[in-house]
Amino acid sequence: MSKAILYDSTLCIGCKLCEKACAEHNGLPYDDSIAAEATQSEHKFTVVLTENDHFMRRLCMHCEKPACVSVCPVGAFHKTALGPVVYDVWKCIGCRYCMVACAFAQPKYEWGSLNPRVRKCIMCPDLIKRGEATACAQACPTGATKFGERDQLLAEAQERINANPSNYVNYIYGKDEVGGTSVLLLSAVPFEQFGYPSIAKIGDKALPEYTGVIMEKVPDFIPLWTLVLGGIYWLAHRKEEVAAAEAIEKQGGVA
Amino acid sequence: MKIMNIKVTFWRVLLVIIMILGVYSTYVRYFRGLGAVSNMNDQFPWGLWIGFDCLCGIMLAAGGFVISGAVYLFNIERLHSIIRPVILTAFLGYALFIVGLLFDLGRPWFIWHQLIYMNPHSVMFEVGMCVMTYTTVLFFEFLPNVFERFELKWPLKVVKAVMPALIVAGILLSTLHQSSLGSLYLIMPSKLHPFWYSPALPFFFFGSAIAVGLAMTIFESTQSAKALGRHLELPVLVTLGGALLVALWVNALLRFEDFFHRGMLSKIIQPGCEAYFLWLELLLAFVIPITILSFKKVRLSPKGLYLASLSAILGFVTNRLNISITAFETWAGKHFVPKWTELMITVSIIAMGFFIFAMCVKYLPIFEHGPGTVAEVEEPKLVRGE
Repeated sequence: MSKAILYDSTLCIGCKLCEKACAEHNGLPYDDSIAAEATQSEHKFTVVLTENDHFMRRLCMHCEKPACVSVCPVGAFHKTALGPVVYDVWKCIGCRYCMVACAFAQPKYEWGSLNPRVRKCIMCPDLIKRGEATACAQACPTGATKFGERDQLLAEAQERINANPSNYVNYIYGKDEVGGTSVLLLSAVPFEQFGYPSIAKIGDKALPEYTGVIMEKVPDFIPLWTLVLGGIYWLAHRKEEVAAAEAIEKQGGVA
Repeated sequence: MKIMNIKVTFWRVLLVIIMILGVYSTYVRYFRGLGAVSNMNDQFPWGLWIGFDCLCGIMLAAGGFVISGAVYLFNIERLHSIIRPVILTAFLGYALFIVGLLFDLGRPWFIWHQLIYMNPHSVMFEVGMCVMTYTTVLFFEFLPNVFERFELKWPLKVVKAVMPALIVAGILLSTLHQSSLGSLYLIMPSKLHPFWYSPALPFFFFGSAIAVGLAMTIFESTQSAKALGRHLELPVLVTLGGALLVALWVNALLRFEDFFHRGMLSKIIQPGCEAYFLWLELLLAFVIPITILSFKKVRLSPKGLYLASLSAILGFVTNRLNISITAFETWAGKHFVPKWTELMITVSIIAMGFFIFAMCVKYLPIFEHGPGTVAEVEEPKLVRGE
């Protein structure tokens, strides 16, 4: 049911039409100087990187279990049923925990704004809802960026590797990284060359689980710790009560 | 020298200079934006303000729950005399932390969203709620000062009646948020340098809060005695010094255990940028204070206690700055140095704290109260009217 983007870098010709379509769909400026920028920023949600005739896109991975959704204190992020991880700007207080927590460093900030927003690819939820592909997938002239069902795209990616094993590193990036992502990548060269952290580094465990183990203990911890603290108070002050009672007894005995 | 009847001293001039630069930096923050006032960027979304104002600020204000726990929970009578300044410091610390947050948050005018758009999975949500509630608790723990000053008998009685509940609530909330500040970093195992990333971070943060709570109390008692020309209560300091030594040992052993279990011991001894910062932290937080406190003669001298506390405080401040800044530098591939305006905001918040503390001491019965306690509010001399 969940949708995904499959990017096959061996099919990419580096035309950057995906960048342009992304900017247009999100109402962002796009010209030659912005096209030349090789980093993502608050005005560039996706970038096509070039290295030794190899291309690679960077964009929000739309994790199955996203760190940003889990860490946001006001729940400004949520993962929709269709797959996109979207952002409700009106809730945001600007703590930037999402940026710190994201293993792919995708959320970017409007550092120059007086009412700054977190910006990132939101996988065109408006288009997806209408049954259309994302703006980048629609713009891609070679089919390097393909939009579809995650299950089907995973199977197709494996088929492409099997059919042409010499063309690819035998790996589907995003299948298992941090518990799986809704963006899947194929490449002829190692993904680390383009700044993608290896699974050895980020693991296949969903990031929210790291804090989940602590957070789920909080509801039990509160009554337990209150009881312990109350117990200490009672014990420590009992000495006085006992002493007072004994003193009264003694006096009584004398009288 | 006197200007308009106000005595001009070095500290007052310094305060005025800091405040002027602080006002300028505040202008830059709110009229030019976060990017203009600080060196924060997409690689370092958290800079000095989260590192120092938040992580260190909350730790430095931990004396409030540590000492009130010792006095009210464990019933350690000797420490009664310092409870008021300690509670005042904690209250100011938390209030100023919230001020710091208003600078750091990108949209501070929506800070109240925390109360309506709750996300219980978020560690930050838990920290936020605890800090908000605990600041309120500290406010009530601080109120007797005001009630006494204006001789309000009836409210004084009410606060006194609920004091044990307030103390227990304060310690519970502190346990939760002091440790949760460490849990904030649990979700980024790949970004934090392995010297500092550990599943035990919440325990380290709680442990260091207790140690620094004790160290800050020694430091601050010594400082205010000096500044106010008061007699230093040595038995109190000696008690705190002993507790500090134990707390430092527990922290040191926890850290050692952690390095050992994660196979880090062979790595932390190899020279490198991160290693130097780690050594500095371990030297200041553990080696120096534990060594000097181990001499009984030092443990009984105000100067020795003062130096040991200062070293421990600086060590744990380094620790938290390492976690919030140094530990990210490998991942980001560059160093982070705060901008001068960013630094000025932190400095002026600290200066503001000193100023308010001095004003409170001057106008409220913080120290004159003598050996009294927050709970012992019904002293006859306070109801002079009767």
